[in-house]
Amino acid sequence: MELTRRTLFRIAGAASAGAAASALAPAAQAALRARPDAKGVLVDTTLCVGCRTCEAACAEANKLPEPERPGDDTIFETRRETGPDSFTVVNKSPKKSPSGDDRFGKKQCLHCIEPACASACAVNALEKTPDGPVTYKANRCLGCRYCMVACPFEIPKYEYAKTVPTVRKCTFCAERQKEGKPPACAENCPMGALTFGKRDELIEEAKKRIYQNPDKYVHRVYGEEEAGGTSWLYISDVPFESLALKTRVQNSSYPARVEGALSTVPWVMTLWPPLLAGLYTFTNRKDAVQSEEETHE
Amino acid sequence: MSSTAAVSRPANWQEWIRDHVFLGMSSRDYLKSLWTPADVIIGLILLAGIPVIIYRFVAGLGAVTNLDQTTPWGLWIGLDVASGVALAAGGYTVACTVYIFGQKKYSPIVRPAVLTGMLGYLLVVLGLLVDLGMPWHLPYPLFLHFGTTSVMFELAWCVALYFCVLIFEFLPAVLEWAGLRKVRLYLAKFTIGAIIAGVMLSTLHQSSLGSLFLLVPDKLHPLWYSPFLPFFFFLSSIAAGIGMVIFESSLSHKAFHDQIKKGRPVDLDGITVGLSKGGALVLFAYFFLKVQGVVAGGSWHLLGTKMGALFLTEMLGFILLPSLLFAFAAHFYKPGLARFAAILTVLGIVLNRINVSWLALNWDAPNRYVPSGYEILTSLTIIAIGVAAFRWIVNRMPVLVEHPDYKGIH
Ligand code: SF4
Ligand code: SF4
Ligand code: SF4
Repeated sequence: MELTRRTLFRIAGAASAGAAASALAPAAQAALRARPDAKGVLVDTTLCVGCRTCEAACAEANKLPEPERPGDDTIFETRRETGPDSFTVVNKSPKKSPSGDDRFGKKQCLHCIEPACASACAVNALEKTPDGPVTYKANRCLGCRYCMVACPFEIPKYEYAKTVPTVRKCTFCAERQKEGKPPACAENCPMGALTFGKRDELIEEAKKRIYQNPDKYVHRVYGEEEAGGTSWLYISDVPFESLALKTRVQNSSYPARVEGALSTVPWVMTLWPPLLAGLYTFTNRKDAVQSEEETHE
Repeated sequence: MSSTAAVSRPANWQEWIRDHVFLGMSSRDYLKSLWTPADVIIGLILLAGIPVIIYRFVAGLGAVTNLDQTTPWGLWIGLDVASGVALAAGGYTVACTVYIFGQKKYSPIVRPAVLTGMLGYLLVVLGLLVDLGMPWHLPYPLFLHFGTTSVMFELAWCVALYFCVLIFEFLPAVLEWAGLRKVRLYLAKFTIGAIIAGVMLSTLHQSSLGSLFLLVPDKLHPLWYSPFLPFFFFLSSIAAGIGMVIFESSLSHKAFHDQIKKGRPVDLDGITVGLSKGGALVLFAYFFLKVQGVVAGGSWHLLGTKMGALFLTEMLGFILLPSLLFAFAAHFYKPGLARFAAILTVLGIVLNRINVSWLALNWDAPNRYVPSGYEILTSLTIIAIGVAAFRWIVNRMPVLVEHPDYKGIH
């Protein structure tokens, strides 16, 4: 078989078309980042009394079954995780505050600024919307569960029990936000522990509170840097770990970890075919010369 | 083409079916001929496993698997999908060696390697279909929704395209079997293009399978997590391909001895020893790179832990040892030893894929996942389908021996 120069060009052409297509990837990567005035919530855990009103409000707003054992404090005996039917859970810190009060940590999706889950999704079923929420479209989800593997906070949960299962997590009440309403949990918190607002302003507010009460608060805003920044932010007077918040997370973007690997794709697509074709012509010419020599002998 | 052109051409389709499908036997004799231990075992596995797969779709993943919220990926992803992709790498490894590097002495094993690759990917797709929550959405990343930031997206494309390439690479055997000479000769023009595309796509997705885990630096145990993961996966896929080809060819030459006797003699021992040279080199490079990974990650101190023991087992028993055995086998011409090293290599890659996608992922979670009996049965069923398809094809199509009418055509 003859490998002409034309075929070589054709191979290289097809390869660079593919390379052009995948060069779009970095642009899409940037689209994951939210607008600077995107929304967030500041959780001041020193104000939370563990009433679990947010759990009930969330269940109602998202048409979930009622939270288990409402008003029963025995629920705090075991540490709970979010589930397919509970988008937010309140855990009690095993550590009391310096003032001797109980402390609680509300857990839900943190709506990362560069979400690992959305970057992992092959069909954009999970998406970072410019306003802040990371939303989910079940009607295109494959159910590969890579988002669950990817989320450093272990938030997305799967409906294993269903025949047509979907990924489930806090929606940041994106629908309510579109109507100009705050998230149900934030609106219904009787203690004002959940402040809904622009993320930038919430960071200012959080730092102000820490600055004004330096002996009280841990000198850190959880979510300012975690995973490269999250829409939900926490301040506390007990270690964040004891509030059942994940602390084994990196302080930079997760999707950035794969950008390098993804950006080599166009290189392989452009360089491999001509390289291999060249090698092929080289070895085959050698063979041809050899067999010619053999016939001459 | 008239029936006189080829003497062996049967007169009507009943005869064609008898010759080509029932191996020249009447249907009753054919059924009787299936009464062999291998066929019976495969039959029993399918009989038990297919209802389980049906049940999985009726009742959901939760009814048959032990997967849970902290372990979304289990046996099916670790064994059928991740290991399956690696073990199917023989196709591109051998095709590249023979066609691109011009090592013609390996050409007798191209077809079995391509067939193993093609069926391997069929198993990967079957594994995915049972594992995905909504498998009917599988075409979406190819045609509708492009998640270009996702390694999974790239993987979906490469695997789909490469599966097509493998089918194309295997098509000559099907066409020779079906007696479609003209099409067969016409397609020969595209062989090199297909092989180049295959090598490129394999480079991409074998390494991407490793890139999937770049996203989980705090969930994957530090001994396995490394920015080199794509290189680890790529290099080890070559080793897996070589291991599989040696293993599969020695099995085939025993199982299909009668068929091979009739064809042109093949120096399988020579081929095996030749391949083991490559195996030794690739495995050693892989071992060395993995050591670099540990050094760069600064995780020496973890070698003394339980996970460290697992890591050392993988590294010493299933990478370094087979590498040395391969080198020894190549130097002293010991094909038997090379076959043993090949089995170790294959097991080692399976162990690695299972470690990365399951055992070392969320290794410190309070409840660890153990696959259910149903999951194991389903995996066995998928493998049995592959083995049955391999036997069916090899018994009919020119895979292990050349078709007499097509000698020397590539
Ligand atoms: S917390 Fe997890 S699920 Fe929520 S946006 Fe971040 S990565 Fe996604
Ligand atoms: S499970 Fe669905 S949402 Fe999650 S990564 Fe896969 S396709 Fe995307
Ligand atoms: S933002 Fe909405 S969905 Fe999320 S926890 Fe609050 S109420 Fe629930």
